[in-house]
Amino acid sequence: MNRKAGLIVGFCMVVSTALTLGGQSAAQDHILLQSTTSTQNSGLYEHLLPLFEKQSGIQVRVVAVGTGQAIKNARNCDGDVLLVHAKAAELAFVEEGSGTVRHDLMYNDFVLVGPATDPAGIKGMMKIGAALEKIARARAAFVSRGDNSGTHKKETALWAATDVDPVGYSGTWYRETGSGMGATLNTASAMDAYALTDRATWISFGNKADHIVLIEGDPDLFNQYGVILVNKERCPNIKDRAGQQFIDWLLSPQGQGAIGRYRLNGEQLFYPNGS
Amino acid sequence: MQSNTRPVLPLIAKGLFVRRKGRVLLDVDSIAIDGSGTTVLVGPNGAGKSLLLKVLSGLRVPDKGQISWNGLAPDRQRYCRFGFVLQNPVMLRRSALSNVEYALRAVGHDKSEAKRRAPIVLEEAGLTSLASASARVLSGGEMQRLALARALAAGPDLLFLDEPTSSLDPASVLAIEAMVKNASRDGMRIVLIAHDLAQAKRVGDEIIFMHRGKIAENVPMEQFFKQPGTPEAEAFIAGKILVPKEQQ
Amino acid sequence: MQDFAASFLEAFQLVLGFNSGLLEIVWLSLKVSMTAVVVAAIIGLPIGAFLAVSRFPGRGIIIVTVTAMMGLPPVVVGLVVYLLLSNAGVLGPLQLLYTPTAMIIAQTILVVPIIAALARQTLEDLNVEYRDQLKLFGLGSFARLRTLLWEGRYSLMTTLLAGFGRAVAEVGAVIIVGGNINHVTRVMTTTIALETSKGNLALALGLGIVLVVIAFTINALAFLLRAAAERSAYV
Repeated sequence: MNRKAGLIVGFCMVVSTALTLGGQSAAQDHILLQSTTSTQNSGLYEHLLPLFEKQSGIQVRVVAVGTGQAIKNARNCDGDVLLVHAKAAELAFVEEGSGTVRHDLMYNDFVLVGPATDPAGIKGMMKIGAALEKIARARAAFVSRGDNSGTHKKETALWAATDVDPVGYSGTWYRETGSGMGATLNTASAMDAYALTDRATWISFGNKADHIVLIEGDPDLFNQYGVILVNKERCPNIKDRAGQQFIDWLLSPQGQGAIGRYRLNGEQLFYPNGS
Repeated sequence: MQSNTRPVLPLIAKGLFVRRKGRVLLDVDSIAIDGSGTTVLVGPNGAGKSLLLKVLSGLRVPDKGQISWNGLAPDRQRYCRFGFVLQNPVMLRRSALSNVEYALRAVGHDKSEAKRRAPIVLEEAGLTSLASASARVLSGGEMQRLALARALAAGPDLLFLDEPTSSLDPASVLAIEAMVKNASRDGMRIVLIAHDLAQAKRVGDEIIFMHRGKIAENVPMEQFFKQPGTPEAEAFIAGKILVPKEQQ
Repeated sequence: MQDFAASFLEAFQLVLGFNSGLLEIVWLSLKVSMTAVVVAAIIGLPIGAFLAVSRFPGRGIIIVTVTAMMGLPPVVVGLVVYLLLSNAGVLGPLQLLYTPTAMIIAQTILVVPIIAALARQTLEDLNVEYRDQLKLFGLGSFARLRTLLWEGRYSLMTTLLAGFGRAVAEVGAVIIVGGNINHVTRVMTTTIALETSKGNLALALGLGIVLVVIAFTINALAFLLRAAAERSAYV
């Protein structure tokens, strides 16, 4: 009988644990942010979110995945707010009714990184398009995210403006990792390859090896982040008020100031341009 | 004492037949076990002795034949007063005492009753000093005594033993035989497979000689040795090895 | 490679520094994976036991299927659970996505086949030895199964540990259904994945070492438990 009682008690404990663990999600004082990885990996949220949480009492839970995945998750109503960097996809997200309004939030830029030895000899070039063409001509190794993320979309757009279709060379000098930014940079480090990355991720990246920034400053490398509230009409479960409160704060002088003040290794990673 | 137990005797079986891969393993016209006393089952290896006990006890279903326990079909869950000490008894992974407790619980005693009776059962088997020892690391003789004690704990009307003393030392053999004789004296019906005829003489009242799956003789002990009824029995008593026909 | 030396240093610093963030992550890892193993045992052991002692048409197919499911890719399980728990999925109203409960569900699905398949083999072997004896006790099939489970407890404990090993080391499923949310669903493996993606390879390896040490500790505890049980005569 003792053993049976023990079993029942054990089972109840498991169930109650599971319920308490799950129960946290039922609380009303948190929102879910579907986000791109660069904002998380750079440490921006650890700087930003405590400020908002302290003021509003709303906890922001961040799910950091590629922009493409983040948009898909938000489209499934699995998030209250979307913060990504792929303007065309964001506008489409609003257009289809998944999101309400898209706001510009902040920007930084993409950089082309590569080994210091620079086998294609692109260092010092001003235009990213010309640099990419030179890499292609040199058949120098280039690592692509290949995962439909914001950075990947940007990279695809940059290639499209050149006369090279790199996907035709996939598996030779053009390598698609199908992974996140960090994994892709790790691959680039290991293969002495070029890669496109956002500056925030690059600055915070800990495994640079002998890679350096080779191309920067071209206006084509502009990287705009946007924020969107998921549409409650399509997703009745979302917390639109708390989500809107978070967006309002991000766009307020307070939020914008906090974004501008964030530094990593003495460098500013994001420039607020919220509207 | 136990509401769910019924008497097993008389145990009657007719037309038992078991064949495996074209070989007849058991072919018994009829057998009836009732009353009291000890029946010893002898015969060469492969004669079907173990199989007969397993069929009679419901562990194996014969290809053909009927078995009745006190007029009803075999059902171990209803007839608990039927003990069987297997040739290689399986001890549960717990202490000697707990093994007896388990057997007592299995026949329907409640926990406190099982806890009260188990030490008494062990004492009767002379195993008190081993009560807390792990049942699976006992010596062969101790384990066999425990298996017998565990079977006796249920207070069976009928007890089967399959070569309970094979490969035991002489002292253990005597201890087991004493327990069997005691039980028999208390009125328990016993059927025992013996691997040597001296033992058969020591404990048995009646003997069944099996040969090639058949019961060749079923006679009082004295008569079997004085005037064996078949040439096979005569040869067996004389210690000649009986080889199955197809191997000759 | 200097990364290995650096990561051992990181691991030591992590443990000695007794970082409360690390503690939170380790605790959640253990809580999620142990709960998953307990739930998987409640589901998997009876399945394994049933398959071990029963004979019915199609049993072979079921055994092969269950055994093959030991190799379920965690990412696929994560994806399926995500699709079910998503607000767009059938179980969306439960609001379990991105909670530890979702992670427990995913890990349970991964562990059930391991426990069921290994328990089936253990109990089937055991049943060959015990079958006649247990029948002689006059027990019903349910009571016989219970005794078999208890008799096989040490082998089955190894089975549970195998399940725990799978659960605690798995990242593909929990990162999808848990979301790796800081302070909510971040566990050892997702932290390792995150630090790897940040390029902090030494820290990631250091966390890996901590994970291995924890797994080692749990297995050692189980080993000692068995040794103690054997000493007290319950072999």
